[in-house]
Amino acid sequence: MKQKELLVAAIENGTVIDHIPSDKVFQVMSLLNLDNVRSAVTIGYNLKSRAMGTKSIIKIADKFFTDSELAQLAVICQNLTLCIIRDYEIVEKRRIALPEELVGIIRCPNSKCITNNEPMRTRFRVTGQKLTCQYCNNDVELDKVKLL
Amino acid sequence: MENRSLVTIAEHSREKLEHLIQMASEFEKFPNRKLLDGRVVATLFFEPSTRTRLSFETAASRLGARVIGFADPKVTSGTKGETLKDTIMMVSNYADIIVMRHYLEGAARYASEVSPVPIINAGDGANQHPSQTMLDLYSIWKTQGTLDNLQIYLVGDLKYGRTVHSLLTAMRHFHPTFHFIAPQELAMPETWKQYCRDNNIDFVEHQDFNEDTIAGADILYMTRVQKERFADISEYERVKDRYLLKLDMLAKAKENMKILHPLPRVNEIEYSIDDEPHAYYFEQARNGLFAREALICDALGITLDDIRNDKTIIL
Ligand SMILES: [Zn+2]
Repeated sequence: MKQKELLVAAIENGTVIDHIPSDKVFQVMSLLNLDNVRSAVTIGYNLKSRAMGTKSIIKIADKFFTDSELAQLAVICQNLTLCIIRDYEIVEKRRIALPEELVGIIRCPNSKCITNNEPMRTRFRVTGQKLTCQYCNNDVELDKVKLL
Repeated sequence: MENRSLVTIAEHSREKLEHLIQMASEFEKFPNRKLLDGRVVATLFFEPSTRTRLSFETAASRLGARVIGFADPKVTSGTKGETLKDTIMMVSNYADIIVMRHYLEGAARYASEVSPVPIINAGDGANQHPSQTMLDLYSIWKTQGTLDNLQIYLVGDLKYGRTVHSLLTAMRHFHPTFHFIAPQELAMPETWKQYCRDNNIDFVEHQDFNEDTIAGADILYMTRVQKERFADISEYERVKDRYLLKLDMLAKAKENMKILHPLPRVNEIEYSIDDEPHAYYFEQARNGLFAREALICDALGITLDDIRNDKTIIL
């Protein structure tokens, strides 16, 4: 832990997303709309990790995300860690889990599905690694998902 | 407001299905009424289906409702780029209920979410066709006197046939044993076999289709084996005559056994069978009228008691 503090500066208040596979870091930034954030964003890229080989970490000062913003991240990588920081202390630390339902986040793979032919939000029910379209009832595996 | 739309039969409980069957049997006793006098039923067929449309429109007319709508998507603004939502919002200003058929899967679910009036799904692509399932259930109940513990044989296209899949979901409440008889290319998909296991539905797969395999059947549900479903035409030529029902195959059939078919048939059932007491497919289609009268009334909030105490019956 000490070494990490040296590599990426601590924040007073905000959100830390840790254990990001390095090839996903730009996708995570784009899903969280970080190019529109005004506060300080610190990125540790390709850091050494005992468990992952290399990993990346993002610290966003003075910013807290909604569950649905975080749910999108769980679709692209399943083992992200979320830390909420207040007064330099970690007040909450948890894995970012998939919610039971994904609304408006992924595309239905079925071209004959109404969601691909009408301006509307998609809805998928999550059961383990399987996502089921609530409109056409087709299933898609989590690792084959396409984001909208 | 409570959403009374009918999107899929899978959402209905055993009690609800039995309730709808009771309603259909009341309508069979007295099909002509003024129960829907002053109401307007819209039938929106974004994909043509004369059979289903006529059945719904007859059901609405025999209950005294007026019918508006279109039978051919080419005359509607959908082709001019209007969204489904806009069409539904426009029609819901005029009609008390919308019966909709659409070529896109999930269209009925979406319409039911945006519509202020109830939607009845009259088929959405390869997805659901609940009124067909309701008339199948009513036909099974009428001919067997029960829906419980039946031996149901499904023959033909079990891969793409949405009617057989809907029947599995609806019958899961009634402890059936299903028998699957299909060419390899059109066999019951693994996901549906898993569905059966998950819902404690017993099933048996048969290789042959002859008088011995079907001797234990209460219901023999035949479907079309369509050439366009085969990737390999020679495979179609090889199997196409193997899943035809011939008169001599009924030699060992149980007395109560009835043959169902969602119609239209091509050549799956030999014409000489039509006069047999086992043949039930024409009555089955007729039952569609009573089943659809029940579905329209249920979606409009009319109860079984309302129907039993109905003073508008036309004798
Ligand atoms: Zn879909």
